[in-house]
Amino acid sequence: MKGHFLFPTLALLLLLVVAFSLTLGKYPVGLADIAAFFFHKISGTGTMAPERYSLLETLLFEIRMPRIVAAILIGASLAVAGTAFQAMFVNPLVSPSLLGVLAGASFGAALGMVFFKNWLSVQILTFLFGFLAVLLSLGIARVHKGNTLLLLVLGGVISSSLFTSLLSVIKYIADPYNQLPAITQWLMGGLSLVDGKILLAAGIPQLACIVLVILFSGYLNALSMGDEEARSLGIPVEGVRLLLIFLATLMSALTVVLAGMIGWVGLIIPHIARMMVGPDNKILVPASALIGAIYLIVVDDVSRMILSVEIPIGITTSLLGIPFFAIILRKAKKGWN
Amino acid sequence: MELKPFIEVENISFGYTRETVLSDISFAIGEGDVVTLLGPNGCGKSTLIKIMLGLLRPAEGRVFFNGRDIRQMSSKALARNIAYVPQLHKSSFPYAVLDVVLMGRIPYKPFFFRYSKADLGIASDALDRLSISHLAHRAYTEISGGERQLTLIARALAQGAKTFIMDEPASGLDYGNQLRLLDQIIKLSREGYTFIKSTHSPEHALWIADHAILIRKGAVMADGRSDEIITAENLFSLYNARVNVLKLNRFLRVCVPRTICGCAAFGSLPGERDNPVEALSCSVVQGV
Repeated sequence: MKGHFLFPTLALLLLLVVAFSLTLGKYPVGLADIAAFFFHKISGTGTMAPERYSLLETLLFEIRMPRIVAAILIGASLAVAGTAFQAMFVNPLVSPSLLGVLAGASFGAALGMVFFKNWLSVQILTFLFGFLAVLLSLGIARVHKGNTLLLLVLGGVISSSLFTSLLSVIKYIADPYNQLPAITQWLMGGLSLVDGKILLAAGIPQLACIVLVILFSGYLNALSMGDEEARSLGIPVEGVRLLLIFLATLMSALTVVLAGMIGWVGLIIPHIARMMVGPDNKILVPASALIGAIYLIVVDDVSRMILSVEIPIGITTSLLGIPFFAIILRKAKKGWN
Repeated sequence: MELKPFIEVENISFGYTRETVLSDISFAIGEGDVVTLLGPNGCGKSTLIKIMLGLLRPAEGRVFFNGRDIRQMSSKALARNIAYVPQLHKSSFPYAVLDVVLMGRIPYKPFFFRYSKADLGIASDALDRLSISHLAHRAYTEISGGERQLTLIARALAQGAKTFIMDEPASGLDYGNQLRLLDQIIKLSREGYTFIKSTHSPEHALWIADHAILIRKGAVMADGRSDEIITAENLFSLYNARVNVLKLNRFLRVCVPRTICGCAAFGSLPGERDNPVEALSCSVVQGV
């Protein structure tokens, strides 16, 4: 599936998944209802009873839609950040967490929950510490000059471990009856707390980052051939890499702000996309964005529908993703030799 | 044939942390020359190549391209004029050969870019010139070493540069592919391309290079016409190996180690009895 049909097909699939997901939930809404509602909404007239119309408006626009839009943004962000990292670090096994963004953001969230207790400061701290962890990785690489790519990876390992340890400290001192469960649950991820306001604040920068990485994707092929080769092609390697790391960090940190820790998406989706469209990053990055969005909506549907209580989405992505990854591994291997 | 200096290396010195890698290297290269950098492992060839490409900053000295200091040129301008053909490597991702060649168009692109139809045409032409169009959609990781090397040369062609700097282009290639590579270099040099390549094979230098620069312990040991400076004496001081340089005819010279399988006959000089070299009507070239 390459070339002209790919993107229309994926976009159509995304649309279908969105429409189908709108029907899922405790209150039954059929596809026909949704079609009638949107017809009414756009044309201004319809056969729908006014009470039902306003009920659907609340249900769809205030409850179900924000969640679906968040899933789209988070899935696309993690997949795009993962694809960019895999190309940049010339390693198909790295994920957006490589430089410590997720560890730092988790620590920030826990810190906020224990010491500040209001939701806005939790979100701000999550974002800040995600960035701080990546800055620490970059700083470690900068202090020891040398093979920067390898040093960046090592810096990421150090920074991730540091913030994981600090997270343990917070968990240890947290109140074990209220705070600790809240932290643990947040770290398992979930989209239930997403509302329109946070979606607007986090979603717009995320969307901007996704678009920018897609615009930069022409450099990724050359970057994955190694620094010297890329520089000999006239690419300002350090600058482009720093910019891409910045964009990937921004959007990954925002996924934690929106929905806690969601693992595996940034590793698996680039592989699946690579199997479908090949390794050329100019096509791979936008394809990853669409596939990541579709995947996360579906996983979120499973999370909220399969049991009477919602399963944290971090658990679902892992439980669905790991076996799937194990099965496709042989085929995925072809994608990166 | 003295041409105006096209690339001029002026008093280059370079060191990693403490040790000196290059000290006071100077030479000039004419346009259209095929130049070979010859020297043992660790002599500083690769470092010198990186400095000439502007990838490393020398501690002292300058490199001029067509009269301009390369440090004054933007990296894109440099890439449009000098192409780097790296040592054979395997990429981690199986990009199509055409995608690898297309990378050569990056120096012509604005900050945000997509490749245009024209870029595709130039890349296809480059593949065509090296007769590897049939590989265009094959994965770069799955083709042979020789084909990969040609792909990298095609990318250099697509880059539009007229000067190619190659780091040990023949290493890792089988015998046949080495010869075909030399063939391509000769063909392109006749079309006006300038080649600067490092090699471990003095014979390759004798066969295709007009100009050789011998580098020993980070300094230029000899600089001149290949057939004049690649001599038994120089090869001995370069590699600490006893080698005879034999003249097959007016143009062609070969290197033969003096002791192959302990057979001393290879080491004997013309005029001596039972000389197999003489039987081939060759003569040993002594140093100048």
